[in-house]
Amino acid sequence: MIKFCMRFFSLMALSSSVLFFLITNTFAGNPTKVGFVYLHTKEDFGWTMAHEMGRQMVEKHFGKDVKVTEVNNVPEGPDSTRVIRELAKQGNEIIFTTSFGYMEPTHKVAKEFPNVKFEHITGYKRSKNVATGNIRFYEGRYIQGVVAGLMTKTNKIGYIASFPISEVVMGINAFALGLRSVNKDASISVIWVNTWKDSVKEADAAKVHIAEGSDVLTQHTDTPAMLQIAEKSGVLGFGQATDMVAFAPNAQLFSSINNWGPYYIKKIEQLRSGKWNTGDGPKHWAGNEWGGLKSGMLTISKFQNMPNDVAQKAQKVHDEIKSGKFKIFAGPLIDNKGKEIIPAGKSLDDGALWGMNYYLMGVNGNVPG
Amino acid sequence: MGWGLIVMEALILTIIATSIPLLLAATGELITEKSGVLNLGVEGMMLSGAVGAFAAVLWLGNPYYGIIAGAFCGALMASIFSIFIINFMTNQVATGLGLTIFATGLTGLAGAPLIGKTIPSLPKIEIFLLSDIPYIGEILFKQDFIAYLSIAIIIFITYFLKYSKPGIVLRAVGDNHQSAHSVGYPVKKIRWYATCFGGLCAGVGGAYIPLALTPHWAEEMTGGRGWIALALVVFASWIPWRIIIGALIFGGITIAQLVGQSRGWPIPSQLLSMMPYLATIFALTIISGRLSKNNSVVPSSLGKPFFDNQ
Repeated sequence: MIKFCMRFFSLMALSSSVLFFLITNTFAGNPTKVGFVYLHTKEDFGWTMAHEMGRQMVEKHFGKDVKVTEVNNVPEGPDSTRVIRELAKQGNEIIFTTSFGYMEPTHKVAKEFPNVKFEHITGYKRSKNVATGNIRFYEGRYIQGVVAGLMTKTNKIGYIASFPISEVVMGINAFALGLRSVNKDASISVIWVNTWKDSVKEADAAKVHIAEGSDVLTQHTDTPAMLQIAEKSGVLGFGQATDMVAFAPNAQLFSSINNWGPYYIKKIEQLRSGKWNTGDGPKHWAGNEWGGLKSGMLTISKFQNMPNDVAQKAQKVHDEIKSGKFKIFAGPLIDNKGKEIIPAGKSLDDGALWGMNYYLMGVNGNVPG
Repeated sequence: MGWGLIVMEALILTIIATSIPLLLAATGELITEKSGVLNLGVEGMMLSGAVGAFAAVLWLGNPYYGIIAGAFCGALMASIFSIFIINFMTNQVATGLGLTIFATGLTGLAGAPLIGKTIPSLPKIEIFLLSDIPYIGEILFKQDFIAYLSIAIIIFITYFLKYSKPGIVLRAVGDNHQSAHSVGYPVKKIRWYATCFGGLCAGVGGAYIPLALTPHWAEEMTGGRGWIALALVVFASWIPWRIIIGALIFGGITIAQLVGQSRGWPIPSQLLSMMPYLATIFALTIISGRLSKNNSVVPSSLGKPFFDNQ
């Protein structure tokens, strides 16, 4: 009897879900279904909020032509596989997975759903239906370095870093290049907090930097804790991912702002016109979209709390990077042990940037791991 | 030399600040456990205290209201826990874990409109003349209200548990609830009070994070400190003053590893980040070894539900 009941109910469940699927597909019109997987909630005031703003731009741009589903607070790891698979099952035609740690789960699900397109943010692995997208964060870091070099009095810069992955190391090195371009005496000390988001730990790291004599701070973590400590202690700092000026009106020099909207819109348009591709090619390391200031994926908030001439210099550097006139990782590049990475006249290509596991001149210590 | 001392002083202040949430939450949990209740929801109660305190200051403007709100929210969470474990006699471990998961979700929801805002911090209170003593004055006599409060609570509960009648009754309930019941003490009521006091302390401990450390709200901003507080209670082997030592050691190692990185000590940062937790596990192993030989410090009824119809 029990067995019969179980069979009966599973049959019912199966048939009703098929029916539901048929109904939703018949009557829903024909919008492109787009899925987003978020690391935190959209109110994190950092990484995920920047993605959420991009998603809102998508909705505004396409209106009724797209139907967006977003899932918040998805931990990196096996849980995310389940969420991504669920989004694929629900009939989303393109799915954006918005954190580095979703890389393997995205590829796993992509194999199961060869007709669904996947866009993995900040990853480096691609396949037939998985493309990658990223922002050239390091362009903002270079400008930060220039401003820090001109503003520091102690010539000590405190850097709060999350995890020793190439994206973060690249940022530290770009900052060092900017710093040394205007101030040969300044150096950077790095504290790795091994988290993206822990207010108290970030605050502790900021306090330690200040106690050790740093007077300009920057962070590659997500909360505004560092800037608040900077504000309280009367030192300067830079905001991350979104404009954090509200937290530190007297301390923020500027924020690098992530702007994902144009990239999302472009990829969805490609999909709708049947031209979606992964943009793979030789030396095209980060897939089809690795945009910076030029493509508008990275923007800079207002320069403030600095004298006019510093702001003008920063603006000039910004414009040169944006126009493509100035290459950040151009030789001669020397690492902090004195070894030459590349000679004058050459510059690092994208592939070399993603293999960075050394500090350039001006950074103290070694890359961990 | 002078410069070195100034750096030292700044670092000690940082260590103290980072230890206070742990200190308060562990003290509260100690009282809860002394009554025989194991509340694993400390992390959740701290989060509730943090979000409640932040919201209160945002609306009312005065950081002192935040302390009251934090205490209230922590105690509220603890009383929800109490209803389940005392009245419905549910499993304490499962209910405590459930409380943390529930509070994580609830505070995320309640805190959503608070993101991106900032509040005034708790002011430092200088104690007349004493705060002018070079070096130690700044450290000992120029702290905020919660810092003084946490030391006062430790002194109070040391006295309370050892010398006051209600304190002795509380310990009796934790050691053998059947005997305490048969002598006529209201076991359930006493456990309820003890659990709520634990929630109140955890709430204030959580509140300290937005009120004094980082004046913003971020989801899960307590970052697992509730679990460390639980470990500290065992570390202190249920003796209040040892919590101060434990909290300062944990805070000290946390800050030392950051200093080590900033000064470029040649130790991998991942290893340094593990240090506070390794030290905790190490201390717990040693203490547990000792406890198994001398069982008398552990409240004997810890974690056992009380049925009054037996």
